[in-house]
Amino acid sequence: MPAAPMLIEAESVSREYRLGETVIRAVDAVSLSVEKGEFLALLGSSGSGKSTLLSMMAGLDRPTSGSIRVRERNLAELEADELARYRRETVGMVFQSFNLLPRMTLEENVELPLRLAEVDRHDRESRVGEALERVRLGARRRHRPSELSGGEQQRGALARALVNRPAILFADEPTGNLDSVNGEQILLLLREIQDSLGMTIIMVTHERPLAEKFANRIALLSDGRLISDGVLR
Amino acid sequence: MKTRDLSELAVRNLREAVLRNSLTTLGVAVGVASLVAMLSLGVGLQTLASQRLTRSGLFDAVFVTSQRNFRGPGQRAPVDSAPKKESRSLDEDARQQLSKLSNVTEVYPQIRFVTDVRYAGKSETTSVLGLPDSSRSSGAFEGMTGAYFSSPAADEAILQIDFAKVLTDQPPSLIGKELTLRYAERAALSKAADDDEALLDSMMSSGKPGGISIVPREKTLRIVGVIESDPSAGIGGFGGARVYLPLKAAEQLHVAQPDDLQAFLSGNPAKPSYMAFTVRVHSPKDVPQVEAAIKQLGFATFSLLDATKSLRLVFTVFDLFLGLFGSLALTVASLGIINTLVMAILERRREIGILKALGATDRDVRSLFFAEAGAMGLFGGFFGVALGWLIGQALTWGTTIYLHRQNLPGVKISYVPWWLALGAIGFAIIVSLVAGLYPAARAARLNPVEALRYE
Repeated sequence: MPAAPMLIEAESVSREYRLGETVIRAVDAVSLSVEKGEFLALLGSSGSGKSTLLSMMAGLDRPTSGSIRVRERNLAELEADELARYRRETVGMVFQSFNLLPRMTLEENVELPLRLAEVDRHDRESRVGEALERVRLGARRRHRPSELSGGEQQRGALARALVNRPAILFADEPTGNLDSVNGEQILLLLREIQDSLGMTIIMVTHERPLAEKFANRIALLSDGRLISDGVLR
Repeated sequence: MKTRDLSELAVRNLREAVLRNSLTTLGVAVGVASLVAMLSLGVGLQTLASQRLTRSGLFDAVFVTSQRNFRGPGQRAPVDSAPKKESRSLDEDARQQLSKLSNVTEVYPQIRFVTDVRYAGKSETTSVLGLPDSSRSSGAFEGMTGAYFSSPAADEAILQIDFAKVLTDQPPSLIGKELTLRYAERAALSKAADDDEALLDSMMSSGKPGGISIVPREKTLRIVGVIESDPSAGIGGFGGARVYLPLKAAEQLHVAQPDDLQAFLSGNPAKPSYMAFTVRVHSPKDVPQVEAAIKQLGFATFSLLDATKSLRLVFTVFDLFLGLFGSLALTVASLGIINTLVMAILERRREIGILKALGATDRDVRSLFFAEAGAMGLFGGFFGVALGWLIGQALTWGTTIYLHRQNLPGVKISYVPWWLALGAIGFAIIVSLVAGLYPAARAARLNPVEALRYE
């Protein structure tokens, strides 16, 4: 029986930056595959290239060489509008610094991807409510980000990432700005979402204990290279 | 992104930096206001001039004369001219025929004669003109001392001030007084009524019975008004008269006209004929068609249509220059929009990154900045039109006060027609969108990864 196709397949992916005469290779020939429903932690110290690799897999950046195939489509070959559509329909993103728009209420922030996807107004309200209930922030929907704690803001950002029902959730250091209690709560939520929705999660972190506790696979990067890639459970 | 969502986001963004965006919008408003004020002044002055000229009767009138050849000595007939039909006289039949032409509102004869006027023992020779009742609304009598004729056939007279000064040192004191016209009445003779046998014999031998007699008459008229300007231009010819009386009253005098001799010689002395008719049309644009129709009937015509064309040309150039000066302020305002939006890009770099990370296309980002620029143009346009209208009102108000101090009637010198209001708002939006082109393109080009790193 043939093996099921991989959801994401990165092949010899490199990303270089030019700083005057100097060429900095942030990601160096990384090959990596991710199955549907996996919780992969990209682990590495600062400057290891893990966030750059995540940005390329999320369609925010393009590799200098190599290919990233998601559902067998090479992201490097997509037009800008197609890439935007991929980010809108296939991908949800959570950032270290939450990135909620400060002048919007929580529900308006969560509604934003639905506006971009031109979802009907009637559907939006129920989907926003559903996403906020999932992260247990239903009661805070009218609050602005400045009126929420760090943990609440990150949960709000998670609701925004989930509202479009993406296939893959990318989390870039989601606990980086949180204390250990709130950090654990966020990762518990991620696990819960993975289990209940069967969502694929790729998380960047430099905290090995958290990665080992919540992810079911860890890929270790150092100086832009993939050092190890192992399934935990 | 849908237009409604885009508009909501744009208005929300504008509300966030309310002071800066309000000042930028105010800049647009001032620009639009200067444009509207300038053009409303141009339109107002043009409307004022057009109304005055139209009401004067110069531009919606065709002056009709018979085609008789009055060329002077040494003047040759045009070589290529077609042989003329027998010239028609301007009699009552012709008047009826002209009245039936389409777009003709009124046909009246020019009754003008030179006569002796007697007042307080003095006798002066001057020119008298009959005015049609329509001259009442020509605007020529605004500011006149006294009143217009009480009825279309009243035995009343209005004097031109220069002539009134000849009669008395205090022209206003003439109102209510009476003057007497001494004129030559034209009366038709029948064979039976004629006692002059020699004349009768001569006419009989020529085969043309009947004739005309010239009888001296007097008519007493009450002076009802004294006017500074000459109101007769256009209404009854081209000026020059000093005493005016109602046209019907003038017609009833049956004053002998130069054409009477011609009528007598042509063997039709019983029918009075006139020197000229004034044919009024609905609007100046009807003049060429009516003029052509009158020529077809065998009359000669004259109109001031070419003068209206020149007038329109002058005002178009005038409006163009006013518009250019007004647009300068709007150009400066557009620089304000560019500055505001470029600053907004710097401040909202991270927001642009977030939008792109959430799936916004370059077009979405560009449209958002465009919508913000357009909204500033729209609001600025509305405020600007209102402000421009107020400036125009203030100009009218100031001018009216000045004119009243000069004992002149007030005039509306500024006028904002609907097309100017809508055009100015549209122009403000277009200028704002053009100003938003560069900032919007710059925002759309931002790399999301770099934008998200921006603190």
